Amino acid sequence: MKYLIFIPLLLVLVLTGCPDNTSHSRAVYMLLDTSGTYTAELEKAQSIINYLLGTLQPGDSFAVARIDTGSFSEKDIIKKTTFDGRPSVANEQKRAFRQAVDDFIKQVKPSPYTDITGGVLQAVEFLTETGAGDKNILIYSDMEEDLKKGYVRDFPIQLAGVRVVALNVTKLRQDIIDPRKYMTRLETWKKRLEAGGGNWRVVNDLDRPEQLLAD
Amino acid sequence: MNLFSLSSTSPLQFPLIIGLFLVFLFLARRPVHQGLRALGRTLSNGLRLSSRSVLLAEREMQKRNRDVLMTEGLVQVERLLEREFQRVETIVDRDLQAYPAFHRRLSELLQQVDENYRNSSELPPTPPAWISTIEAVAKIPATSDGGVAAVLEEIRKTLDRHHQTAMEEYRKATTVRHSILKKTQPSWRRLTGTLDKVHHSITGLKERANLIDKCIQQYQEIRSGSEFAEQRLSTSAMTQFVISALVMMIAIGGAVINFNLIALPMSEMVGGNSYIGAYKTSNVAALVIILVESSMGLFLMESLRITRLFPLIGTMEERTRQRMVWISFSILATLAGVESALAFMRDQIAADMEMLRQSLTGIDAAINSNRSLIPTVGQMVLGFILPFALTFIAIPLESFIHSSRTVTGRILAWALRALAFFLRLLGRLSHHLCQVLITGYDIAIFPLLWVEEKLRRPAKKVADPADSPKLPKLATPKKEKS
Repeated sequence: MKYLIFIPLLLVLVLTGCPDNTSHSRAVYMLLDTSGTYTAELEKAQSIINYLLGTLQPGDSFAVARIDTGSFSEKDIIKKTTFDGRPSVANEQKRAFRQAVDDFIKQVKPSPYTDITGGVLQAVEFLTETGAGDKNILIYSDMEEDLKKGYVRDFPIQLAGVRVVALNVTKLRQDIIDPRKYMTRLETWKKRLEAGGGNWRVVNDLDRPEQLLAD
Repeated sequence: MNLFSLSSTSPLQFPLIIGLFLVFLFLARRPVHQGLRALGRTLSNGLRLSSRSVLLAEREMQKRNRDVLMTEGLVQVERLLEREFQRVETIVDRDLQAYPAFHRRLSELLQQVDENYRNSSELPPTPPAWISTIEAVAKIPATSDGGVAAVLEEIRKTLDRHHQTAMEEYRKATTVRHSILKKTQPSWRRLTGTLDKVHHSITGLKERANLIDKCIQQYQEIRSGSEFAEQRLSTSAMTQFVISALVMMIAIGGAVINFNLIALPMSEMVGGNSYIGAYKTSNVAALVIILVESSMGLFLMESLRITRLFPLIGTMEERTRQRMVWISFSILATLAGVESALAFMRDQIAADMEMLRQSLTGIDAAINSNRSLIPTVGQMVLGFILPFALTFIAIPLESFIHSSRTVTGRILAWALRALAFFLRLLGRLSHHLCQVLITGYDIAIFPLLWVEEKLRRPAKKVADPADSPKLPKLATPKKEKS
């Protein structure tokens, strides 16, 4: 009879012994380059954002931010949200999100400098706060960083478990003259982000958006 | 110098090593042979024993299968008998309980018919007493006497008048009798109908009695444990197993559709971002609802005594059982209603999602705003009907469980028999493999054996066989009892 006490204990152990602490949600932080002539490319970014809004599930997090002179700032976040668990509410949130992005793209003004590193740091901060299991940073830029004098960004970035995807990396005039510059630029970013534990990828073919978040 | 070093410069070193190795093998021949034989025997005997014990287990399994089969068969026939007796009881209650009233009605009808018959019997009109006298007078031949002729004429007229009157009376009487007989006609019809009913009841009873006879015969055959009965039950179990498995698969397909109908709207209720283990809570909740519905269906079927998976429910008091029927039916109906509502909600969410997707891809949502109501209503109806349809899964489930006992037992018996055969085969193979190894060993050292044989022959010729020491025998494989 005294052994009966072990039965509830065993049950508790079975039920709580192997808890699944894995987060099944996904978080995406998208950086939009608003420097110089790249603002002309933003309309294409809209379609990617719309695709992501259609793909992300209730419970996932999504943020869109701009890259400008000093991107390590909450002010540069155009819209961020964690979609509600209820599909109907999540749909409303997606509609509002889309509207905010549309409004931004309509009135965006080019920035004189391009602080990509600051934007990535801000993205890491947001992604860590969401606690999502699948963290993604999408950088819609030509990846040419142009920092204002005095801005310090030459330090390692911690990106453990974060997938970084560079989108629509356009070739600059000097890249066309000397393609090695383009390759060196991408290679530098790859080394820098992978050194921080991130997973680097470049996607230039935007006609197949399903490969954006593919493993 | 290292003897085993093949890189040595001496050309004789390698043959020397081989020679020494062969000598070593020759000297170790007897213990090696003994060891290999012992190994072969041990393996063979061990595997043979294992095979025998597996065969014994297989026999036990066969016996158990037979017992299970017979018991199942007895239960089935008992159930059939019970049902037939219930039907007989129904017939007796329905028809024979009303037999006194039936009989009274029949007697009344017969009495009425008899009375009518008696009333309708035809009585010839009685001729008046004076008619013969008048007839005799009328037969007197008419003479020329006018007075007599006039009298006779008068008599004839009177006679004719009388005949006419009599005929009219007769016709009236016949009409009355016909009317009586006409009144009897419905009584006859009723009588025929009543007798037909009796005939129908009696025929039904006779058919039931024949069926009961057959069941009793089957019961006796199973009780006697005849091979025919066993074969028939076995075939029946296999057929039941296959059919019930097929129906269960169809039902599982229905359950999957049901699941898809309610999984999405459940995320609206419990949230789409929570997980239990690796599974979404909404999916688990939908699955639980379907399982609860299936359980309620099972209880309903049990309470209605259609299935007998839970003996406790079958043996409940009538009132409690009736209550259980109503409770399980109410829960089932409520859940069906909930499912119907969820199906409606699913349609709404799916439409909203589709509109959002279309607006995100730039398609004008207004184009698709005029949606038909048919899919919505269809989903709602499906959501309501599927839980009730799933209720009937209890019937094939019961068949599957009962027949799977027999089928699983048979499969296990076959597996045991195959294992026994395999062990036996392995035993024989190991025995022969050891023999092959012994022969191979002798082949490897055959030069030395040949020399030994040559040396032994002259010694045998010279020496007295009684005094000669026993030399090691050549490796001849012994025949062992398998």
